[in-house]
Amino acid sequence: MSFWTTRRRDVLTGYLFIAPQLAGVALFVLLPVGMAIWYSLNDWNIFTGRQTFVGGDNYAALTSDPQLPRVLLATAVFSGGVVIVNITLGLLIAVLLNRRFRGVTLFRTLFFSPVVVSVVAWTLVWGFLLQDNGGINGLLGTVGITGPNWLQHGGTAMASVIITQVIRSVGINMVLFLAALQGVPGELYEAARIDGASSRAIFARITLPLISPTLLLAVIVTVVGALQSFAQIAVLTEGGPELSTTVLVYYVYQQAFEFNDIGYGSTLALLLLSFVMILTLVQWQLRRKWVFYEQ
Amino acid sequence: MNIKPFGALALATTLALTAACGSSSTGSETGNATDVALRMTVWTSNDAQLKLLNSIGDAYRADHPEVTSITFESLPFADYNTTLTTQIAGGNAPDLAWMGDLSKDLIAADALVGLTDKLKATEGWGYDDLVDSATAEFSRDGTLYAYPFSNSPFALYVNTDLLAAAGQKIDPATLTWDQVAAAGAAVHAKTGKAGFVIRDFDYKSWNTLATVWTGWGAAAWSPDGKTCTFGSPQMRQAFTFLHDAAFTTKAMPGPGTTADFFAGDAAFTIAQVSRASLLTGSFKFGLYPLPAGPAGRYAVLGQAGVGVLASGKHKDQATDFLAYLTNPANAEKLAQFFPPPRKSLLTGAKLAANNKVLNAAQLQAAVVDQLPGAVTLPNHTSPAEIAQKGKTALDAMWKADADIPAVLDSVCAAIQPILSK
Repeated sequence: MSFWTTRRRDVLTGYLFIAPQLAGVALFVLLPVGMAIWYSLNDWNIFTGRQTFVGGDNYAALTSDPQLPRVLLATAVFSGGVVIVNITLGLLIAVLLNRRFRGVTLFRTLFFSPVVVSVVAWTLVWGFLLQDNGGINGLLGTVGITGPNWLQHGGTAMASVIITQVIRSVGINMVLFLAALQGVPGELYEAARIDGASSRAIFARITLPLISPTLLLAVIVTVVGALQSFAQIAVLTEGGPELSTTVLVYYVYQQAFEFNDIGYGSTLALLLLSFVMILTLVQWQLRRKWVFYEQ
Repeated sequence: MNIKPFGALALATTLALTAACGSSSTGSETGNATDVALRMTVWTSNDAQLKLLNSIGDAYRADHPEVTSITFESLPFADYNTTLTTQIAGGNAPDLAWMGDLSKDLIAADALVGLTDKLKATEGWGYDDLVDSATAEFSRDGTLYAYPFSNSPFALYVNTDLLAAAGQKIDPATLTWDQVAAAGAAVHAKTGKAGFVIRDFDYKSWNTLATVWTGWGAAAWSPDGKTCTFGSPQMRQAFTFLHDAAFTTKAMPGPGTTADFFAGDAAFTIAQVSRASLLTGSFKFGLYPLPAGPAGRYAVLGQAGVGVLASGKHKDQATDFLAYLTNPANAEKLAQFFPPPRKSLLTGAKLAANNKVLNAAQLQAAVVDQLPGAVTLPNHTSPAEIAQKGKTALDAMWKADADIPAVLDSVCAAIQPILSK
């Protein structure tokens, strides 16, 4: 019997097809995660290259870090804010632009264009606009309003980073929702109108269920994206004032690369990874409850 | 198909590679090497400064054919320390590096090559020519670990056009901080421009405020670096002055407001004399020593050193090049940008010889006369962590209703554990 049976050939073909992807995952996912696990178990003096195995010391440090609770709170507020505003606004814009009117293509382009702008350049410009003597307060001043010192107070600083992040990225969700909305069969809307359903009922009973798979995708992608938002914080507020906008990913950067504590930084990175995995898993499991698959 | 074995294999490979990478990398000693490519990280991107450095590098290579190239790698100032430490951690350390507040950590970790023996042994180098106050920051146990090539005292720049527009006059010989604040507030009230600006402070880099609080006799920590002194009465008085200037008299632009002295937006700024190259001639200016505080006259110094990394690949050649880069002839050339640590070069006339912006009298008063008694900006091991934790605590200071003593005590609560390490 030949070694190359049909089954073995199929298996080999399959592995060859997924080999590039598998290599990418091994190199850019498994390798860094493995390194992070190793670093989290060590104290690394990066000036000399000496590593000392410290076991679970860095994990124990998580429980005694006085700044961590405030960092986790800021992370929750920022991520929650970004997800809620981004999904709501993205859906609203998509619904408004899912109709035929003059200039609709221009509006779609305008809302999507910030997505392709460099995040650092985008944030630098917003940094100037949000200064106490910047463009936003200048505009408010023309209508007699004294604007706040946006980036110098905890509440307005957090609102600023959320809004600038949403304005930049809402275009992606808008495009996803637009595609989903255009896939909803028109005859369902016609039947609902003939039956006398209100616009609100049509949206809640027809539109939302039929775009719920896209909604699930958008929520997962936005949650993960929000938890990974770094440049906006680094450029706009540097985590301040006080710790009000220090989100976990920025805290990881500070500990690992500014304070040169690679071990504790890696431990925090693994904490962030576990949050992303848990949140994604929970959303994936909840899909059975609120995602409607037309079949 | 089951891909679990592939995942396990990848993870095992990862850990094996990581363990291998974890071994100490100290660089190789290549005393007789050929094809040596030296690399030095710098935070300047100024064309004239890089041109001068490259010309010195070219002259050195002409006599040292084994050195095939000397590259001056410009790194952005804001990320300089992070980039340099990442390069070191990644096994890609430069041979030489400029350094500021990172020097304490590098010296404490034995990450720099001792320079004293080499510099003393180099004919004509003149080790005894070095000013003691300039070398203290980069020395440990009698060994110099970085050559203090830039010793730039902070000075008071004055936009005399703005003062005239606001009807203000100052006497530099008897000038005090209270007079600067009064004139600054008047300029702001009459012209809408800013009064005084502590350059680079921006309500974040609080260590630059040492240019003010030293005038009140305050210090961030005790001389041995072990005890936080932010809660001292002198520091409270200094921060009361700053807080009043920002929120009451408006002599200093408040948080979130930018004003660039060199663009003509402010009446005064505190900056190093090396910043004079930013003056474009668009307004008349004066340059004076820092104003007196309640504790009298004082001087503060911003230093940069250049050292040889122990983890670099060519330590011997790098040390030899450093000795050449900083010999008396080259130190004189570098002096047009960076006040040198050599007694023989420290006269106003010599410093002014190549300076296109400042004259001999200004350089004598603002540099030469200040250096002997100058203190440096606060410098300690773990500078980034101290800076960040101090900033987080000080953020509460920059509100109109701040409780100044409580905020200063909170700074000590935040940084004392790091000082005590």
